[in-house]
Amino acid sequence: MKTAVVIFPGSNCDRDVIHSVRDTLGCEVESVWHREERLPEETDLVILPGGFSYGDYLRSGAMAARSPVMGAVKEHAGRGGLLLGICNGFQILTESRLLPGVLLPNKTLSFICRPCFLSVENTETPFTGLFRKGQVVQFPIAHGDGLFFLPADELDDLENRGGAVFRYVSPRGDSGDEWNPNGSVNNIAGIVNPRGNILGLMPHPERAGEAILGGEDGRLFWRSVASFLEKGGRRHGLQ
Amino acid sequence: MLRHVHIFVQLKDGVLDIQGKAVANSLVSLGHGSLGSAKVGKYIQLWIDADSPADARKEAEKMCDDLLVNPIIEQYRIEVEGE
Repeated sequence: MKTAVVIFPGSNCDRDVIHSVRDTLGCEVESVWHREERLPEETDLVILPGGFSYGDYLRSGAMAARSPVMGAVKEHAGRGGLLLGICNGFQILTESRLLPGVLLPNKTLSFICRPCFLSVENTETPFTGLFRKGQVVQFPIAHGDGLFFLPADELDDLENRGGAVFRYVSPRGDSGDEWNPNGSVNNIAGIVNPRGNILGLMPHPERAGEAILGGEDGRLFWRSVASFLEKGGRRHGLQ
Repeated sequence: MLRHVHIFVQLKDGVLDIQGKAVANSLVSLGHGSLGSAKVGKYIQLWIDADSPADARKEAEKMCDDLLVNPIIEQYRIEVEGE
């Protein structure tokens, strides 16, 4: 498995994600500067990491979504290649229209950095195959613009097709406004596209990869991707 | 010549305007009881090299579509000086 992590000016989780994927899977991880117009050959998984690309000016992720590298990223995803956006990466995916919706300022209007509990709602994606449906995992969040918003009709479509992959819940898996840190519609923390190869989420699996950091749930995320690629032999794109 | 273009960006109706709400709450708590509601938007100024104000408007509309406005949540209005 070969992973490429895209670095934009202002990305700040790139090293964490490179470390976490390498440490968990021992696989090849390359970084790609945003001005590059090509991805490394044979890339299986592209990750857009967290951070504050272009200072979050105008709208979070707006300018990164128009970076030179995004042409190659879109081509990769268009071929069915796996594409993951974490935090600012998720914002970049919605700004690129690769995923529906938008990330608005948190309902508290404050930056929130703390552990969060999520329920894994859809285990039929390449990113969640090794989780149990309904399993509660702990990934931390660290964002100011994390309120996932989608107009009502589109939200119905997303829910009907199982597009909501992660939801904010209590440590025991109960849902409720008090467990939804940012005010996202339907407590949504992460979504997948209809084809299943593009996933975006606000919480950080790469910050949940070691017991010393508070939990190892994040490792299952990377192992799920590796297992998906190994099992189906569907490398460099879903068939 | 350079044409001065003003772009006003507002959240669409129905989109949660957290900033507008917070500003309204703050104004009411300062004693401005007459306030019904508040909306917070963006004001962008551009100087565009164009032969006519109409050309400047066309170019500004393209810039809104390409980057400045997210049509999922935002609407905009353009004013061109001299138009």
